[in-house]
Amino acid sequence: MTSAGAPERSGTTRGGGTLYRGDLGMWSWVAHRITGVLTFFFLFTHVLDTALVRVSPNAYDAVIETYKNPVVNLFEVGLVGAVLYHALNGIRVMLVDFWEKGAKYQRVMLWTVLGVWVLVMIPGFYFMMERTISDLVGGH
Amino acid sequence: MSLALDKPRSPKRPAARRSNGELYSWLFMRLSGLLLVVLVLGHLFIMNILDGGVHKINFAFVAGRWSSPFWQFWDLAMLWLAQLHGGNGVRTVINDYARKDSTRFWLKMLLYVSMVLIISLGTFVIFTFDPNISN
Repeated sequence: MTSAGAPERSGTTRGGGTLYRGDLGMWSWVAHRITGVLTFFFLFTHVLDTALVRVSPNAYDAVIETYKNPVVNLFEVGLVGAVLYHALNGIRVMLVDFWEKGAKYQRVMLWTVLGVWVLVMIPGFYFMMERTISDLVGGH
Repeated sequence: MSLALDKPRSPKRPAARRSNGELYSWLFMRLSGLLLVVLVLGHLFIMNILDGGVHKINFAFVAGRWSSPFWQFWDLAMLWLAQLHGGNGVRTVINDYARKDSTRFWLKMLLYVSMVLIISLGTFVIFTFDPNISN
């Protein structure tokens, strides 16, 4: 990587051991953006479908049925996972900004975010998919 | 012939007129984010996890919830804060990635129009909801 005679500024070049670039902190930011944008697009759809309560109960119930489809149900687990990550990492960002020790503990806090995410999503997946799975395997 | 050099640290151009808009936007993201953590995670917990999850939701369920001013206010606050927070976030994303000024302008216009549309429609629906509307 660093050849002889290279300027002694490798810390500022790509892959040269910067604090941020390519590090976990950068990926937490990438994931924050992606989950945020996806959630915003879903919100657009979601307000439109809810607005059908103003049209008729039948129209609303018909569209809400699509949310109960097994594939769409799985997407809802993804949506909850995206929002949960965005919320937990958002709290981490606020702590980095406003807590005097936030920057020091940012990496520990990211692992905490991921740990809490897994702990919530396991029972969350079960309760979100319980009915769909039991219907699929032939329960009543 | 003398070499004309600026004095070190002399301003290259007059200081731009500064506004604190981006500072307020930054602060708004943190304040609204804090409220949205409670509002949105509560909403997702009630709608998608509690009591059969999404399968319990239908017109009657919505009518039951919006008979209470508490949940009407919850949903109204969530709608406004989520649109402004999400819209502000997407505005930042557009500013970061749009390469041409015209692209940036039109993407932001599209964004603002969608925000006005969704906030107006959602607010209208919450305030004019009629549980006895005919099929």
